[in-house]
Order: sequence, then C-alpha cells, then structure tokens
Amino acid sequence: MAEITINAKKYQVNSGITILEACNRLGISIPTLCHDDRLEPYAACRLCVVEVKGKKNLQTSCSTKIRDGMVVETHNKRVINARKEVLDLLFSNHPEDCLTCEKAGGCKLQDYCYEYGVEEGTYVGEKKDYHIDDSNPFYTYDPNKCILCGKCVRVCDELQCTNAIGLGNRGFDSKVVTPFDLGLATSNCVSCGNCVAVCPVGALTPKKKEKYRTWEIRKVKTTCSYCGVGCQIELLVKGDKVVGVEPARGTPNDGLLCVKGRFGYSFINHSDRLKAPLIKRNGEFEEATWEEAYDLIIDKISEIKEEYGSESFAGLTSARCTNEENYLFQKMFRALIGTNNVDHCARL
Amino acid sequence: MTNSIEEIINTDAIFVIGSNTTENHPIIGTYMKRALKRGAKLIVADPRRIELADYADVFLQIKPGSNIALLNGMMNVIIEDELYDKNYVQSNTENFEQLKDLIKDYTLDVVAKICGVDKEDIIKAARIYAEADKAGIYYAMGITQHTTGTHSVMSISNLSLLCGNVGKESAGVNPLRGQNNVQGACDMGGLPADFPGYQKVFKPEIQKKFETIWEEKLPNKAGLTVPEMMNEAEKGNIKFMYIMGENPMVSDPDLNHVKKALTDIDFLVVQDIFLTETAELADIVLPAASFAEKDGTFTNTERRVQRIRKAIEPVGEAKADWQILDELMRKLGHDKEYSGPGDIMDEIRTVTPQYGGITYDRIEEEGIQWPCPDMSHPGTKYLHKGTVARGKGLFMAVDHRDSAEVVDSEYPFVFTTGRILYHYHTRSMTGRVEGLNELAPESYVEINEVTANKFDISNGEKVRLTSRRGSIVTTAKVTDIIDEDVLFMPFHYAEGAANYLTNTKLDETAKIPELKVAAVRIEKLGS
Amino acid sequence: MMITIEMLNEIKKKTLKTMTLRLEKKNNGISSINKENVSDKKHVLICGGPGCHSSGADELKKRFEQKIDKEELTDVNVSIAGCFGLCESGPNIEIYPGGTFYSQVKIDDVDEIVEKHLCRDEVVERLLNEGAIKEENIKPVFEVDFYKKQEKIALRNCGIIDYNSIDEYIALDGYQALAKALTEMTQEEVIDIMKKSNLRGRGGAGFPTGRKWETAFKYEADKKYVICNADEGDPGAFMDRSILEGDPHSVLEAMAICGYAIGSDQGYIYVRAEYPVAVQRLKTAIKKAKEKGLLGENIFGTEFNFNIEIRLGAGAFVCGEGTALMESIEGKRGMPRPKINRTAHKGLWGKPTIINNVETLANVPPIITKGAKWLKSIGTEDSPGTKVFALGGKIKNTGLVEVPMGTTLREIIFDIGGGIPNGKKFKAVQTGGPSGGCIPEEFLDTPVDFASLGKIGSIMGSGGMIVLDDTDCMVDIARFFLDFTVDESCGKCVPCREGTKRMLEILERITKGKGTPEDLDRLESLSEAITDSSLCGLGQTASNPVKSTMKYFRHEYEAHVKEIRCPAGSCQELLQFFITDKCVGCTKCANNCPASCISGNLKERHVIDTEQCIKCGTCMEVCPVGAVIKK
Repeated sequence: MAEITINAKKYQVNSGITILEACNRLGISIPTLCHDDRLEPYAACRLCVVEVKGKKNLQTSCSTKIRDGMVVETHNKRVINARKEVLDLLFSNHPEDCLTCEKAGGCKLQDYCYEYGVEEGTYVGEKKDYHIDDSNPFYTYDPNKCILCGKCVRVCDELQCTNAIGLGNRGFDSKVVTPFDLGLATSNCVSCGNCVAVCPVGALTPKKKEKYRTWEIRKVKTTCSYCGVGCQIELLVKGDKVVGVEPARGTPNDGLLCVKGRFGYSFINHSDRLKAPLIKRNGEFEEATWEEAYDLIIDKISEIKEEYGSESFAGLTSARCTNEENYLFQKMFRALIGTNNVDHCARL
Repeated sequence: MTNSIEEIINTDAIFVIGSNTTENHPIIGTYMKRALKRGAKLIVADPRRIELADYADVFLQIKPGSNIALLNGMMNVIIEDELYDKNYVQSNTENFEQLKDLIKDYTLDVVAKICGVDKEDIIKAARIYAEADKAGIYYAMGITQHTTGTHSVMSISNLSLLCGNVGKESAGVNPLRGQNNVQGACDMGGLPADFPGYQKVFKPEIQKKFETIWEEKLPNKAGLTVPEMMNEAEKGNIKFMYIMGENPMVSDPDLNHVKKALTDIDFLVVQDIFLTETAELADIVLPAASFAEKDGTFTNTERRVQRIRKAIEPVGEAKADWQILDELMRKLGHDKEYSGPGDIMDEIRTVTPQYGGITYDRIEEEGIQWPCPDMSHPGTKYLHKGTVARGKGLFMAVDHRDSAEVVDSEYPFVFTTGRILYHYHTRSMTGRVEGLNELAPESYVEINEVTANKFDISNGEKVRLTSRRGSIVTTAKVTDIIDEDVLFMPFHYAEGAANYLTNTKLDETAKIPELKVAAVRIEKLGS
Repeated sequence: MMITIEMLNEIKKKTLKTMTLRLEKKNNGISSINKENVSDKKHVLICGGPGCHSSGADELKKRFEQKIDKEELTDVNVSIAGCFGLCESGPNIEIYPGGTFYSQVKIDDVDEIVEKHLCRDEVVERLLNEGAIKEENIKPVFEVDFYKKQEKIALRNCGIIDYNSIDEYIALDGYQALAKALTEMTQEEVIDIMKKSNLRGRGGAGFPTGRKWETAFKYEADKKYVICNADEGDPGAFMDRSILEGDPHSVLEAMAICGYAIGSDQGYIYVRAEYPVAVQRLKTAIKKAKEKGLLGENIFGTEFNFNIEIRLGAGAFVCGEGTALMESIEGKRGMPRPKINRTAHKGLWGKPTIINNVETLANVPPIITKGAKWLKSIGTEDSPGTKVFALGGKIKNTGLVEVPMGTTLREIIFDIGGGIPNGKKFKAVQTGGPSGGCIPEEFLDTPVDFASLGKIGSIMGSGGMIVLDDTDCMVDIARFFLDFTVDESCGKCVPCREGTKRMLEILERITKGKGTPEDLDRLESLSEAITDSSLCGLGQTASNPVKSTMKYFRHEYEAHVKEIRCPAGSCQELLQFFITDKCVGCTKCANNCPASCISGNLKERHVIDTEQCIKCGTCMEVCPVGAVIKK
C-alpha cells in the first residue's frame, strides 16, 4: 500500500498501479482518449496529464505509477489548460460535422470538448483532407476524423494479433493505414471490427442498415449465438429491432469479437424469418394457427404411437438452442413419448 | 475443454491439431497468438497450411486420417528420449507398459511415411511439447470426424497424460466445440444414451432417479444416434421425427441418403427460425424465436454456463422453443407449468449434478464453469486438479488405422471438409447477412496449383467433384496451402454442398461420421 | 584467438615506432621519443574527417604516394587520420616533424609540396593555413589559435591515428582500459570509478553515466544490453560522426567496459544510415577487434564475452530518443515509449539496457586508465571533463572543437572560432540544435556547462553551436528550427504532432507579414502547453527556439506584427524594393525582372510596381550601379 495525496485529500492505494488506475478506483474522473486497460500504456493523447509535485512537466496518469507520498493535482488550472489546449488542437484538425456524425452522443472528443468548454478549434491552418475508405463491407474508415490515439492499431496488434493496420507517415501527416495505404479490402483484415469497437471518435464506424442515434438504443447483454466460445455481446436495440452488436468486457472475450459475432446479426430481423406455423397440404405450405399446429402434432403423436410404438419416434434437439430447451426436448421424448431416440448434431 | 480459454495466454506450448482455430474459434485464436507473443511455442498439425501454421515453431502438414500415427510417433520420441513426466506417470496413471509396448512400433520412419512429414519435424514437435512446463492440446473436428475419431481422442489423452499435462493450469486436453451450445445440448441429455449430466439411461439407479423426479415411466434402452436414425428412417422404421433447430439437409454426410430418409418419414416436424433445406421437407413447420428474442443459457466450450437475454419480442407469431415445447408437453399430459427459463434451470440443477449450484442469480454478471455441484461452489476452472475423475489416468494404447475410404484409380483424391471464418454451419443465419456473403459468396474447392495445372483448371473455374455417393459442381480455388493429392471444401453451402460427397461411415464408439476423409475425382467442366 | 595483456603491450611498442613523428601533435610539440629510433624522416598526415573526406582526402593520399615514389623518397610516410577539426579550411594536411599546417590543398598542389617541403625542406607558404602565420612567423599546427585552447579527450585520437588500424589505436593505450577492467577490477569498481568521475551524458540531458550503469547492474536479468546511440541528428552537429569515423575503437572498447560493468554480453550500435563512411569504418573495426580477441568470447582470458552488432537507423531524428531508438532496434516504428520504466530496468526487449551516446563512450577508456580524479581535474565541479562543439553559421572557423567544460561562449566563438566574418556583428548563438535556444550577446561570458546553459533558456544538447549575425532575423530562425521539428515529429502525441505544426504556421504567418499581436500571445501559451505536456524530449524542447527568441528578441517579433517590418532585413516578403535616383536607366533590371513589374525609359530612372513585385531580388543583383535598395 502507498499513501498518496490527490487534490489535497489523502488516500491509501495499492502500490504498483498507475495514477489513472488509482483515480478510477477512487471515482476521480480523468479524461483519456488513448488508454485501454487491456493494452500497453501508450501515453499519446496527453489528456490524462496531472501535476505531480516535484516533477517539472505534467505527467500522464496512464503511465505514471503511484509512489508512496506522491502529491497529485488532477484538476488544477495548469492541468486544465493543458487539456484544453490538447482538445483545441485536436478539434482544430477535425471536421465540424457533429450534427450528422454517426458517433455523435458516443464520441469522446465531443464529450470532453463539452466538459472542458472547448467550443471550437481555434487554430486555423492545414486540415486533414483524406479519402474515406469504404471498401470493407461492415465498417467505414474516415481518416479525417481520426485523432491518432492508436487504439485501433494496438488492438489489431496486441489483442487481435492480425496486424492489418499500422501507422503510416509521420508527424502531422501520420495516418492509420493498411500496407502501402491500399485500403482495407486489399489488406489481411478479417473484419472483426475490434478496431471499430475501440475508436473513441467517428473515424471507424460500423455501416448501418438502420439509422439510429446512440441515445435511441437500448443495450442488452447476451451471449453470441455462433461458435462455442460463448463471447459476451451487447445487442443494440432500437424499437423492436436489433440494429447492431457491440462486444462486452469480461470473460471469455473481454471486448473482442469476430466478424460473425460483431456483424452477423441482420438475420434476426430478416424478412425470411418464419412468422407463423406452416402446415403442408397437398405439397404446399399453408399458414396455420398455433392451435391447429399443436392439434395436428398431438394427433399424429398419439396415432403413430398407438400404431408403431415409441421406438418409431426420433427427435433432433439442437446445439443452437438453450440448455433449458434441450432439457425440455429430451424430457418430452423420454418421459412423454417414451423413447431415448434423441440426438443432435454434436458430431457435425 | 479441460481448461479455460483465458488460461491459454499463459501456456508454454500450444499443440493445435485438427483445428483451424483462427477461423473457427477466432477469439481462441487471438488468445493463442497472444500467448506466442509472450514466448509460448506452437506446434500445428493439419492437412492444410492454415493461418496458425505461419506462426508455428513446427508445422506438420499431415495426410488426412493420420492423426493417431503422428501422436504415436511423438510419444515414441518422448518415451525413447525419456522426456515424459515420470513422476506423473508413476503416481497418476495406469497401463503405461501397454502404451510403451504399442508405441515402440511407431518409429520415425514408419510415422513419417504414414503422415507424409519430415522425421526431424516430428522430433521437434515431440520435444517442444514434452519440454514445456505447461502444454495444452487444442483440437476440433479434424480429430473427431474420422472412423478412428474416438481413438484419436484417446491418443491425445495419452500424450497429455504422458507429459503430465492433465489437471494443470494452462495445459490440458481441449476440444474446441463448434456450435454455440453443443456443450449444453450434450450436458442436457441431447444424446441417445444420456440423461442430463451424462447419467446413463441404461443404469437402473439412474433410471429410477429420473422416474422419481419426473414422475413418469422411462425407457432404459439407449436410443439411436443421428446417422442411425437416418438409416432406420430410410428403412421405414422411423415414422415420426421432430427436428428442432437443426439442418441435416446440409450438415449431414451423404445428402442424397438424408433426403431419402427424411422424405420417407410419415410425419416430420421442423421447428426453426427460417424455412431451411430441412424444413422444406417437413409436414409441419413451427416458427421459433431467435436467440435475441428469448431468455435462457448457453454452455460454452470451456463449460461456462452463460445467460442469453431477450432483447426484442419474437417476430410475427414466432415463439421461443422452450415455450413451444412447454405448451406441447402440457398437451401431452405434462402437468408441470414453467414460469420461464429460470424456472426450468431450477429443475435442471436438481437432476444434473454438474449444474447443482447454477442459478440465474449467480450467473447474472458472469457465467460459471461446471462442475459446480452446489450453491457455495465457485465453479471449476480446469478439470482433474489433483487427480483425474476416475482416480488414475488410463493410457489407452491405440493403433493407426486407414480411413474407411481410401483413394484408388477411380477416385484418386482425398477429399476433406471444414469451416471458414465468414460462415456458420449451414448458413441459415450467416447466409442472410449481406456483408458475409460479399466476402464468401459461394461454395468452392481448394486445389493445389500443381494438380490444377495437371487438369488445366484455373482459379475461379467451375469443376465437377464426384464420389461414390454423389456429384456436385463447385468453383475451383487454386492454392498452395494444400497437398497435391488433397481437396478441401467448406461444407456450409447448400448449393454445391460438400456433403453430397462425404462418407457416412461411422466411428464405432461415438457414431461420428468420417466427414474428413472421402475419395473423390475432379473434372474440368469446360465453358 | 585469445589476446593477453603482454600481446597488447607488444603491439603497442612495435606500432609506436611508426607513429613518433605524428605524436608531436599530441604532445604539443614536445617529442619525447628519441628521433634516432625512428625509421621515417617525414610524415604526411592527411585529414580524413567528413569534410576533408568528401573533398578528396583519399585522392590526395594516392597522389602523395605516387609523387613520393616518383621522387624515390623512401623515408616518407603518408597516412590519413580522423577529423582535424578545422573543417572550414579543408582539405587539411600536416607535415611532421614540425607540424606544418597546410589548408585547402588541392590535388594539383601535391607535387609542389613534395618537391619543396619533402625534398628540400622548403615550406610552401601559399598553402599555409591562415592561422599558422602570425606576425609573419610560421607556427606549427599546435600553436594555431584554433587548437591552442582546446583539450582533447573524446577526440584524443582523432586526427592522429589511422582509423582503419587497430594497432595504432592500441599504440595510444587502446584497449588498456578494457584489459584493466577485466583483469584487475570488479564490476562494482568499474561502476564506482564512473560514478566518482561524474561523467555526464554528452547526448543532451547530462545524466550521470555511472549512476545509469549502476541501475542496470543492480537489476538481475538473463540478458542485458549496451547500446551506443550514434543516431546523431541535430542539424550541424557531427562530433559523433567524427569519433566513429576517426576513432571507432574507442567506442567499441567503452561498450565492452560497460558490458562488463553491468553484466551484458551484447552491444548494439544504432547508427544512422546517412553515415555510410562511419558504418563502414565501424564494421572494419568490429571485425578487427574480433580477430584480435578484443570482442567475442573470453576476452583477455576471462569469463567475459561481448559482441557488438550494428543497427542502421532510417534517418528519423526522433530515433535519437532512447526509447524510440529501442523500438526501432526491435523492428517497430520509431516512436518514443511512455516512461513507465527506466531503460536501465526495462529497455530493449524488456531487458536492462544502457544507452550511451558516442561522445560519452569515447570518454570512458581514459577515465578507467587515468582515474576519476583526473577527469574531475578538468572542467567544472558540476560538469567534469570536456565537451565537443560543432561550430557553424556566421563564424570564421567552422568546425569541431573540444574544450574543457566551463570555457565561456566568448572564448569558444571568438578565441577559437575566430569571430564573425565579413565585418558583421555578433547577434546570438543558437546552442543545442532544434531543442536548444538562442543566446544573446549579454550572455557571451557564460561558462558553458549543463546547468548554466539551462539557466539562460538553452541547452547543451549534443553540442551544436550556430552563430548568428545582425542580418539574421530571429523570428525566421525560430521558424527554421520549428520547420525541422514539425518535419521530424513522429506524430505520436498530440501536443507535438498538432501543436508544433500550428506554431510553425503562426511563425510562417509572422514572417510573411500576416501575423497579429494576438499571435504572439498564442505562441507563448502554445509553447508552454507543448513543453508541459509532450511525451518525449523532442516535443518538450521543441518550443525552446521560440521561447528563447521571444524572450531576448521580442522587439523583432513585435516589429513583424505591428509594423510589418523585419528589422534584420531578412524576411523577403516584408521587404520592399525601390530604385533610387542613382539609377542610370540601363534597363537591365526591367529586362531581367521575372514579374515584369519594372518600368522606365532608357536612360531614365526606373520604377518598381511594389504591388506586382515578387521580391525575388533579381533587380538588385543585376543593377550595375547599386541603385536598387530594399527596406
């Protein structure tokens, strides 16, 4: 344990953690654009700077470890001015289309500019003017909105380990690029969208089938319905439709997803969905009510059971249904129909 | 999996065999690659040079159907060079002498020939695996979908026991389950011989237990497996079939045979979210709710029971599967009414020892890994800690056997199937996602460039593939990741479906079909 | 092979004989060795420093040898050595005995030198260096003002030994320090000497070398690394290059000593690819050291192994920053890391690592052989030893000088550097490269060391000194350095990437006459923010040229924004060209004006249309009577 003083109050915190981690635990909010606790500290956005007594320059809280006796100021004038300057510089080189930007409401640059009262980018001069990369079917990359926090590149490298993107050029001309800046479609990108998930601004945004604003949606945490990893996801719901998916933190995927889990949701509200029971009459399906359907099934069960016995029944339960459903299915076959002829495609 | 997904990151050596992990379990693939960054070593054995092969310290491009030979060969090196964990073998296993006896015939020369790999690479792989402190084996259908599938799994278990990698963190024997709840479907008794929790239907005390709790008389004879059902149906012995959320008309081997079987059934009920290829054959189709429209739990490949939650109302008249079943069951005389899936889980945990401590309250924030016998149990991160389930690990010495169908002059190519990143199983869901279809629009066959040249087949050209069971037209994808005498196809597509060609021959124990090896011929179609 | 100290001494003894004549230079004219033992009668020493090398030192040597052959002079030796320092007057050669100093020697001058000086002992006066003639007397090189006040430690062998000869390095006590460390000292003792000597890093920040080594020594690890930072990037600085090219073994020996002290067996020299000559000479030196057993396994028969590899930088200035340098060696994009761990704890590939710059390392062997007290007897208490400076800009003796710490700026610029040429007035000296500041005349008597330069708003840096005269606009100088920084910013952190660019844009506006008084406030606040919140030293010091010029020359900034005037007459866009009544109406200006904005009849005074004028200055150049003025 270490004793530190933050904003004139004394705290006991675990030694070995960073000032940012300590502040997060203590409920002191510190802005940051480039930090992600799953990634190595990067210290590039400089928004999380704090004043540490005895240090000449401001220190980034994301990359400065707590020491016993440390005295930290997180919101004094000097710190706030530095943050304002960073936001002003970023905003001065950023499009001013917040009204129509897909990220509005969920944009950290917007949030922090609001919090720190940076109403406009006051520096006039050169601005980014890049081509928008629209070549991936699931997401769009607009380099003009990129603030070069490097999260996308680092997630692709450190966590996803695909290394489809990197930083190209340098200085003011730095840009997130695929090899030779040929665009996402030509790269080894696997469309996992893990870069999109960490982008704090509107540079990487999912392509939407349904338009929605962040404040219009509800998030429902659930488990992905594809492979057996069981990734935790959040369904984005607008009205009665699932309009998107975001990865959830925690085990087992900790904020990562693959292309299917992240972007393969549009089957849910697809027009091909079965919406009523269908009974085949003379080789053609006809819509029926549930009661008609149930009656027909029950009739057939008793009819066939009577004539051929329980062993003439077979049921395929499902590796895609819930535990509860599988349980009921086998219970129905075993206890009510009277056969163990229950299996599913575990072997396929 | 005996061990947990997150443990992969701290593994010292990863042995991937018969699993294209980065495509089929992409998140597990990222854990593996992250482990490599931390210094772990990687062994990959696969008939195709999959993505992970590029990261491997040793890549063994084995012939399809030679898994057991390779594993025995590696064990031969490990035993010869005395690299095995003698203490562990001594105190925790049985039958080592039999294993040793059988393994001694699997010399490097023999194994290298069967597998078609370099002797040096076998030695290297054996050393990496044996010398690592914590080594995990990760496998999937490349191991199991053979007539020797059960034996292959035993071989993996032998290797793992030999080096003391069972009951250890970041090690273990780790089958990667392909579907979201294949683990749960098995756990819940979706198997012909098992009540929930793998309690055998033919054991009298078990039968009695369930009869008491369910208050119904229960059959005690093991039922039919899927392939057996299809065979019986074709013979006219199955009159009524109820298929919930499955699509055998794409997923099962020898589709001509499946189609005949399903058509022969008197009354076929199919319950699904789409009118699948299978549903087309049904007498009645029930509209089910998707996973976004209902509550429940899935159990993932690391035995973690996790919640799914209702986000929207079911579309149209669709109902959740549990609700349909509940309503039908009551009509069949079941006098219990469930208030919801949580209620069903409460019943599950009373009959299923492994789920004894699992309730919706406890898994609200994070899932629990079974076994979790009671409410105070935290769940089990990795199995066989201290001692294996049966007391001592049993070596089951097994020999290599040729696949059921081998190539000949008429069908000169080994045909093998698998999955790709952009689609899931029979595409009933992913086939309805535009972007995924854009990236992977149609069925194809991977063919080595030398073979392609020989047949004058160019990339993107239509070709005909024929086996003893059927014939399909698909598109050639010329590549160098596959051997000259091997052809690979993803099985997802109904159009040009790989499973018209596959063999229905089963593994005797697990009744799994040999989807990974069939003999085929290829023809250029011409324009 | 394995080398012993006896073998080392044998080489030394043998080789010294061939070097006697030249050593007169090292000993300031006192030749301690009996000349009777010397085989050669004369020695021609040619400067092979960067400047002289590119103006043909190798060809000069060849020509000398041919001519000497032709004249059948059997007792004359010719050799090329590292930089003599006085680059302004190159190609330089010296002839011993006597230390006659010839400058700007061209290939066609060689015959005359051989015929006169070598054959007949006649000095070729027309080729003598300007400084070698004082009050009509010819002075030997070591009495030339440029050299008199210098004291050489880092450059001790430069300009004397043949850089390709490991034997000549050994002859001048080379590898004796390594032998002493390995066979007579413990690791702690080596570190102790370094700590006591208080040798401070010559790369810029001045961190005590011994303390750094001690930290790396204390961390236990299966692998440790020694890195020589030879990514010299400050515009105009070339002391590291000169050492690498002129005395490569001094760096290798020091790295091995450091390796022994901290427990490392692997060194890397990170050198920029733009130094191909240095790279080549380093490669040769490493090869020869390995052949002799001075690098490799079991050096001097001890358990100690040490190998050195070269890593080439691709020319990014920021890769001179330690953490960016390590990223680059690891094969990543050269960007600084956050300073969450010290490099001596977790550096290259996460292992304890020492990064020392070339000049620092070159100081190490003499400290080991002569002791900490010896170093502390030179320089100041706070900064013992010497420092090499690269003099450039508006100064007579452009070149490389090494002086004791504490020497004043005035001594360096006027006594050694020869002052400002062309009768112009001194205005300021810019020290420390793009991270440094401009120091005005009032501080010329400041003794130069780490602390004193910091106090007056500049830094020691790697030792660049650019002298400015009264025709240099200070706003434009700031703009020049910012332009460099903007170009070299890696782009990782916001203040440096975005902030320096905006600062440059403001300075550009000001030098174009489009600045406002508010811009000055903006520059000040932005400078502060960039200094206070940038990630690495490059960004933290990027504002220094602006801050120091605004502090000492604010009136120049104000003139630009308030009066739209450049007091130094340097900012082209603020000037206006006029034709005075001196005009004779020759029409030359009108005929040559690219903008066709000069009108007037033949033999009548011409007029410039200032609206149309593009201020290219052509009219001024072509006017035969000096009638065109700018103001």
